[in-house]
Amino acid sequence: METTKKVQLQRIANHVRQGVIEGVYHAKSGHPGGSLSIADTLTYLYYNEMKVDPANPKWEERDRLVLSKGHCCPALYSVLAEKGYFDKSELKSLRHVGAMLQGHPDMKHIPGVDMSSGSLGQGISAACGIALAGKLKKADWRVFTILGDGEIEEGQVWEAAMFAAHHKLDNLVAVVDNNNLQIDGRVSDVCSVYPIDEKFRAFGWEVFTADAHDFDSLDAAFTAATAVQGKPAVIIQKSVKGKGVSFMEDQAGWHGKAPSQEQYEQAMAELKAAEAAMEG
Amino acid sequence: MSDVKKIATRESYGRTLVELGKENDKIVVLDADLAESTKTGVFKKAFPERHFDCGIAEADMIGIAAGLAAAGMVPFASSFAMFAAGRAFEQIRNSVGYPHLNVKICATHAGVSVGEDGATHQCNEDLALMRTIPGMVVLNPADDTETALALRAAAEYVGPVYMRLGRLAVPVINDPATYKFEIGKAVTLREGTDATIAATGLMVARALEAADMLAAEGIHVRVLNFHTLKPMDVEAACKAANETGAIVTAEEHSVIGGLYSAVCESLLANGAGCRVLPVAVMDEFGQSGPAEELLKVYGLTAEHIAQRVHEAIGR
Repeated sequence: METTKKVQLQRIANHVRQGVIEGVYHAKSGHPGGSLSIADTLTYLYYNEMKVDPANPKWEERDRLVLSKGHCCPALYSVLAEKGYFDKSELKSLRHVGAMLQGHPDMKHIPGVDMSSGSLGQGISAACGIALAGKLKKADWRVFTILGDGEIEEGQVWEAAMFAAHHKLDNLVAVVDNNNLQIDGRVSDVCSVYPIDEKFRAFGWEVFTADAHDFDSLDAAFTAATAVQGKPAVIIQKSVKGKGVSFMEDQAGWHGKAPSQEQYEQAMAELKAAEAAMEG
Repeated sequence: MSDVKKIATRESYGRTLVELGKENDKIVVLDADLAESTKTGVFKKAFPERHFDCGIAEADMIGIAAGLAAAGMVPFASSFAMFAAGRAFEQIRNSVGYPHLNVKICATHAGVSVGEDGATHQCNEDLALMRTIPGMVVLNPADDTETALALRAAAEYVGPVYMRLGRLAVPVINDPATYKFEIGKAVTLREGTDATIAATGLMVARALEAADMLAAEGIHVRVLNFHTLKPMDVEAACKAANETGAIVTAEEHSVIGGLYSAVCESLLANGAGCRVLPVAVMDEFGQSGPAEELLKVYGLTAEHIAQRVHEAIGR
């Protein structure tokens, strides 16, 4: 990927992260850790991969994204706001009574949200349904879905994995966000999902890996995954939960907790310093 | 009623799906390895490219239906009531109900009339479960005629619908030439002022039988067919209470959360109090046996309805 493009994406991802911290801080609750681990991936998708039109969120020909790990919607909302689907000021009313931005994605009220999600394991099934509709309509759109590594402990994920392979849904690309942390601890300690790659391969998927915080790596993985024909593709991305905020990185405790005012200020200062370093 | 034609509502479902499929190419049908039993197999023969068997994976089936609807298709998803409304309840609530997607869940083999398969497969709780989901339309047609029209109405309505269908062949009581179906509007099948029998599903035919028995004794009951459990026809229920002074509900479902509950809720909120007695499965599991015998065991008969009417009116 060209350096200018890469720096541009890095800058946007930094803004997305700032939006995550703003949202979760003002909500006094929410899921910063997993949101920060997918910030680069969502940035890549919405700025480099997906065919979308923020002025026409329901555009029939658009590519769709289902955030199966719906609790990480602060990152999705932040990237949608960055993209112009709605005003960035909305982020500060995340999870507030009467606000548009619900604690988990709500397709009925939030422009740009293609599917409601939040109950783990269900988003990938819906993504299969959207992909199947694309096949039936002979449409060109593609469907992306992002799952947590803890989420794939849900049996429904594997029901959907079988369905997608059986119906050769090559317009579907799944991402497993492998930060190896879930609420109760390390995924490998709680109830191991490993080996993830061999599981998906055995279920008939084409498997790719990526570094979730390296745009060259993401670019290579998505370029390859979207080119697969005759079967669905999955990208297992190695990520760091809480990426970009030093004290949140690789800490299960930051799965579902809001920062204090002091922590908020530190997080924002770190992100702004990182941004300044980029511009410099 | 031995000379009356009998058709299982699941048969009506398979046949009507094909008609609807011819008219609307957005209609797709999903099943979970029960296509022969639910009769979606009839649609599969006519439109193999629009029928998808999800395998024994009801949770995934509902999610796929949600995705199809989110992308503009009109999915009909079928399994037995136990596995659709029961096993996939949370998927229906969160992936279909919450986003108010245009998914039609048509569940067959509801109630004890499943028969020999026994309690694990006899869902007496589906109407209760589905009624709790905001925005869900809950239908329970009584016969072949009504099922065909209810399916047509469900296909035209934009939003989630749950329809309860049965395995057992049931009498055709409505004339297809004249019968009108409207979601949320109870149908008055018999006029009367001594009491009301409010029935749903296969109990409607039994309610008519009970009304005949009672008429022979000089007791004239109104018979209401509540084919829609949600939105409930509150007006019809209140009118029945006010004009006839006693109601017996009749449903092949748990006494908790189905028609008995819906009728009582309707009356009490409007001050239209009267005695309401249930004919229902009384908070117990089913068992194996031939369907007709089981319906007797659980009191789901015309005789029992008539007896309850006597109790309700004190004569």
